Amino acid sequence: MHPEFLMGNEAIALGALAAGVGVACGYPGTPSTEVLETVASRRGKGTYVEWSVNEKAAMELAAGASYAGARTLVTCKQVGLNVAADPLMSLAYVGVKGGMVVVVADDPGPISSQTEQDTRSFAQFAKLPVFDPSTPAEAYAMVIEAFSLSERIGSPVIVRPTTRVDHGYGIVEVADEHEWIQINAEGFVRDPSRWVIFPRLSCINHAAIEGRNAELTKEQSSSPFNRFETGKGRVGIVTQGVSFSYVMDALAHLSETTTEFKRPPVLKIGTPFPFPESLALSFLEGLDEIICIEELDPFLEHSLAELIGRHHLSVRVLGKLTGDVAPSGENTVESLTDLLARLLSVDPPRLPALPQAPQLPIRPPVLCAGCPHRASFYAVKRAMAGQKCVFCGDIGCYTLGNAAPLEMVDTCLCMGAGITIAQGISRVDSSVTTLSFVGDSTLFASGITGIINAVYNESRLTVCVLDNSTTAMTGHQVHPGIGRTLMGGTTEKVDIEALLHGAGVKTVKTVDPLDLAATVETLREVVALPGVKAIIFRSPCVVVARPTAHSVVDKAKCIACKRCIETIGCPAISFDGDKAHIDETQCTGCTLCEQICPVGAISGGVRP
Amino acid sequence: MSDVILCGVGGQGTVLAAKLIARAAMNAELPVTCAETIGMAQRGGSVFSHVRLDRADASPLIAHGFADLIIGLEPAETVRQLSFLRADGSVVVSARPVIPVSATVGGPPYNLPEIMAYLQDNVAQLVVVDIDAALRKLANPKVQNVVLLGAAAQTGALGVTLDELRKAIHEIVPKRFIDVNLRALEFGASL
Repeated sequence: MHPEFLMGNEAIALGALAAGVGVACGYPGTPSTEVLETVASRRGKGTYVEWSVNEKAAMELAAGASYAGARTLVTCKQVGLNVAADPLMSLAYVGVKGGMVVVVADDPGPISSQTEQDTRSFAQFAKLPVFDPSTPAEAYAMVIEAFSLSERIGSPVIVRPTTRVDHGYGIVEVADEHEWIQINAEGFVRDPSRWVIFPRLSCINHAAIEGRNAELTKEQSSSPFNRFETGKGRVGIVTQGVSFSYVMDALAHLSETTTEFKRPPVLKIGTPFPFPESLALSFLEGLDEIICIEELDPFLEHSLAELIGRHHLSVRVLGKLTGDVAPSGENTVESLTDLLARLLSVDPPRLPALPQAPQLPIRPPVLCAGCPHRASFYAVKRAMAGQKCVFCGDIGCYTLGNAAPLEMVDTCLCMGAGITIAQGISRVDSSVTTLSFVGDSTLFASGITGIINAVYNESRLTVCVLDNSTTAMTGHQVHPGIGRTLMGGTTEKVDIEALLHGAGVKTVKTVDPLDLAATVETLREVVALPGVKAIIFRSPCVVVARPTAHSVVDKAKCIACKRCIETIGCPAISFDGDKAHIDETQCTGCTLCEQICPVGAISGGVRP
Repeated sequence: MSDVILCGVGGQGTVLAAKLIARAAMNAELPVTCAETIGMAQRGGSVFSHVRLDRADASPLIAHGFADLIIGLEPAETVRQLSFLRADGSVVVSARPVIPVSATVGGPPYNLPEIMAYLQDNVAQLVVVDIDAALRKLANPKVQNVVLLGAAAQTGALGVTLDELRKAIHEIVPKRFIDVNLRALEFGASL
């Protein structure tokens, strides 16, 4: 063993490697992405790792590998689990042979997600055991334990970190590579009574799963991941995950500022489902009231209220359901300090009072300087000016096309949905022209299904594929269109033009979005055609390509009309009070502003 | 014990600076935790890292009013984080603003003199770094994070020494950038 300073996601990956993971797969999604990247960079010879096209593909691949006896790891974010829900729900009934751990990163806040869904609730719905780590070190230990539990009970097991654990760093004692467990998978053994799901098998296995979970309810009471610290008084705190450390800090602050502070007992739950009932019952002894502090769903609160009801205990349960704890958003040390001061009737610490701060600029996330998506959106905006259009966006960096001054995203729901939502809108309102924007990675992940649907059902639709040759938003992962794999090898590129032609799209044009005039002309011509047609806007992500040119403003020529600032919203361009100014440390020389300037005052860029 | 917040705008290098402090702490055998902004907010947004040194079982985030030191790579972002600082805390801040698009297309304006005056009036121990002068001398626009780290180490509030930071630079920074980062650290420490 040796200590390393690790991000939670890195600790999870090293835990899986120490547990002998043979096949690891997933789809990128903040805050889960670094798990698989770390498996790829730290793996030994015996581990296969891939970015699958989507979470469903990853889940099924891992299921097969586990049937064949390998230990397997699937990683995704909470909304990715929705995509993989179909295989996972059935796999819970069929079971696995090699240990299978599904790491699902939840995102309280949410900070970079569409929903605040809680994978603890999903695990309960799927009847699968779930671990809920509070620190990177605990996440490491839980992953190793989850593999061993999975193999012991023959079922997938979920590990559910949240953003602050995924992206928090701490010192973790990790196994040396020679200490990693070696698994020799025996290969697939034919057994239709086990691997072929039929109603009768499901009925038998359902009963067995309920029995197993009842057993785990007892077992998990002695898990080291569930523990309580004794305290004073008749009010106790029940908490989980990163909120546990916030509670500890909040209690420390209150004990510093309150004389004779009675530090309440605290129960921390690391295995929320199946719920460790006997441990909770012993915690409840002698208490009149418990405060449930958790993020996302009131999961512990529900579990405890049910337990208290079943055992006819006289303990009040305060939490989200009673309106005492905020129903949504992240917890923080200060929010919990205030909450506990109020509920424990003590004074909160006094903070230094600052005078009102001056008005500060706002910094919503924006497309990078030089981002080809900016040029694509601007070209569509110009080409479609004066027409009644609906622009259906999708999930990726290009969701940021919604911001002023582009304002080119009218809808955004989930991966791939822009293509199908556009079809629904045009079924109801035939007076509008619908255009869908979809990224290259999103097209492969789930956009292509919507395109086939549009062709088959004779929709009228223009699909704008924003192909920047990477999965940019999550940190530039490879995908099927690039010709490289996560193992580091080269592979066949899936050709987007051929894919669209194969799906029955008759008109597929490819443009360089940074050539504004040509792109606008192509758009006008293609959008006017009937049926389903596609335009591929192809230009590499600047963060990957790193172009080194930059444009400069000829201040003598600049007429201060601000068109370059007010039409495209490039973060490299500002107004110095008198003329436009381009920040050379940000500018990549994409030339979009040069093509927009009415007096030719900007030059020096080089179109990549 | 030391609780440090690094803040700035995505791309300014708060993450590397936080990693250098953490590595230096690890080398000094101090417990250390860190938390940072990752994901959508990185695209030109406000970013921060919280680094907590020598606190066993600390939560990854520092509470309002408890930070010992703020290292601000951007003035407005430093004001945004100022409520985290203890009454007697220190701030090391770059004087160079990064003006967002929103301030030029009708959003709230960027009033630099007002922002700097607010810092002068409300910070017990304020060090303002003329980063443009520093970067001209170092001929590399990417090392302002390490210049500020050097200045922060000099205040004594950082919790790790210059020597430990030098060692961390050797261990973490890619080889061809070690020299310029070492020079940036020394330059910051000499201010």
